[in-house]
Amino acid sequence: MIYIFDGSLPGLLTAVFEWFERKPGPVNLMLTTVFQPDAFTEGFTVITNAEKADRVWAGLQKRLKKDWLRKFYCTYLSEIPDAYQHLFQFTIYIFQSAPGAQSNYGNDHVMALAKYAKSVEREKHRMEAFIRFQKTGDGMFYAAIDPDFNVLPLISNHFKNRYADQQWIIYDLKRKYGLYYDLQTVEEITVDFSADVNQKNPATILMDEKEELYAVLWKDYFKSANIVARKNTKLHIKHVPKRYWKYLTEKQPG
Amino acid sequence: MAMFVSKYLPMSFDRIREKLNILADAAKYDVSCSSSGGNRKNENKGLGNSHASGICHTYTEDGRCVSLLKILLTNHCIYDCLFCVSRKSNDVKRAAFTVDEVVELTMNFYRRNYIEGLFLSSGIFKNADFTMERLLLVCKKLRLEQKYNGYIHLKTIPGASDDLIKEAGLYADRMSINLEMPTEAGLKLLAPEKNHADVIKPLDFVQQNIVQFAADKKLIKHVPKFVPAGQSTQMVIGATPESDKEIMYTANAFYKNFSLKRVYYSGYVPISNDNRMPVLGTQPPLLRENRLYQTDWLMRFYGFKVQEILNDANPNLDIDIDPKLSWAIRNMQHFPVDINQADYKMILRIPGIGVMSAQKIVQARKFGKLRIDQLKKIGVAYNRARHFIRCADSPYQLKDYQGTQIKAFILAESQSKYLKTDNNQLILF
Ligand code: SF4
Repeated sequence: MIYIFDGSLPGLLTAVFEWFERKPGPVNLMLTTVFQPDAFTEGFTVITNAEKADRVWAGLQKRLKKDWLRKFYCTYLSEIPDAYQHLFQFTIYIFQSAPGAQSNYGNDHVMALAKYAKSVEREKHRMEAFIRFQKTGDGMFYAAIDPDFNVLPLISNHFKNRYADQQWIIYDLKRKYGLYYDLQTVEEITVDFSADVNQKNPATILMDEKEELYAVLWKDYFKSANIVARKNTKLHIKHVPKRYWKYLTEKQPG
Repeated sequence: MAMFVSKYLPMSFDRIREKLNILADAAKYDVSCSSSGGNRKNENKGLGNSHASGICHTYTEDGRCVSLLKILLTNHCIYDCLFCVSRKSNDVKRAAFTVDEVVELTMNFYRRNYIEGLFLSSGIFKNADFTMERLLLVCKKLRLEQKYNGYIHLKTIPGASDDLIKEAGLYADRMSINLEMPTEAGLKLLAPEKNHADVIKPLDFVQQNIVQFAADKKLIKHVPKFVPAGQSTQMVIGATPESDKEIMYTANAFYKNFSLKRVYYSGYVPISNDNRMPVLGTQPPLLRENRLYQTDWLMRFYGFKVQEILNDANPNLDIDIDPKLSWAIRNMQHFPVDINQADYKMILRIPGIGVMSAQKIVQARKFGKLRIDQLKKIGVAYNRARHFIRCADSPYQLKDYQGTQIKAFILAESQSKYLKTDNNQLILF
């Protein structure tokens, strides 16, 4: 049996609701966008329903403490199809077991959520570390990212609390939306970049006149802090995987 | 206000660049870079805050975390400590930042998310108080004028007056003062003008104030923070002939007596051709440094007493295996440990099982006896741990292996991997 859902969190929770209504046995979750009907498997289209989703979420909230609700949410943000499947079965497992079942690390779904959440949290942490703002001519601090997972919702508070006295934008180029902080609140935004704007590096004319100077000082600092006699490239790359170098001011030539 | 305006004052930019290069270079041998333990919130809508766990914003090419802008206010110094690049007799370029320059750099680096904060130290110019006053001024400007709530790690200058040190503690998150050499004898050898007592006095003074402020806070609500991230110290390893036992016993005593948050071990990088020191070009003892950190972790997070790991029979750590494995092999009478029965403390002592895995094991086993495949999924390094454990489906073992045999098995299994990853370190020994 295949359940087809729209990929949203309420959609996934609705799928759980529908399963308990029907108890059809083992079910494979599939995204509307990838499902291709064939004659052999039975498909059921889940119609996302806020009320049903809320009831399932409320049920989870009763059974799970904050840390596990967070793991659940992080796993969802991984956007990995297998992760959706585990979330679906994890939820059923939690509802069908005695309280405390989430501590059963011997269970595949429990373990899977712990793992997905860990990867997502790691990337969240990396974004908090590796994002580099550039100051534009109008005083805005801008950073563009393209993370593996959809981590913007997870990093929003961190940047809001930390950079409370400057306006900033963090833009996810892959998912085509960003966060904009206007000194009061954080909003989601989408930007229509005109064709001639380099999104990663909004052209230098848009930059604050001192931006380049601080970038140079920071690169200098990065070089000075290194102790050549201790060089350890392996360790370096383990901590800063190459795919993140594009973010890092200190890793740019010059 | 502006420190420099690019188009009009390129000269001053070059000068700042030069200063930063000199004063960052001179500061880098202090290996502590942690930005952890802070809890300052951004309550005044200013800039910055700090997290209990801290953030590494990048890593140097030698693999060390960069979280703080680590600089000296100046590398002018009236002392002549042999192990230090800033020593009076060393022929290096000297420079000094102004207070405003440090403030400006910190703010601008912080705003771009380059750093978690500032680590400010200094050579001693004129005298201790004169130096400490300037350091204090930087902190005050940042906190009071710039509404900066990011992390500040400040060096305590030995010999500075109590008043200055106490005031600094109101603005800094962490303070530190380096023991430099693990024993008094070692220190005397390389820095005859210095002694451990000069380090202990301010450490103790700050610690007493931390305790006092914490006690006041229980009674009165609005007591200001005082060095909320605690104190740390650093010892240089391998410049003088101390054993690992001497080093770790000193560390242990300082953790105990002054509630230090961290002790750092810095493998000596030769910077002098004085014949009391390892010659220039000698490789820094990186693997040894690593073993000392592992021991430090075992003491702080794994419930080991330092005497269990280092004692008269074993005054130095093994280089070929880590101290946890080493302890297990010397104490085979405690093994095998039954994963499904043993208490948490004992599980923590099993080679191949870390804190996270140990916690998961004690939770998961409530749901049924754990099997090998489950242990692997939980994150146990099974190939290593299997010599020391029993679980639900452990294969029946005909004979008990001796510790030395197990060591040989583990080394044989991990040798190839070990050689690959630690190549450049292994050659040293
Ligand atoms: S007092 Fe400090 S800066 Fe001066 S030489 Fe000694 S260690 Fe170096």
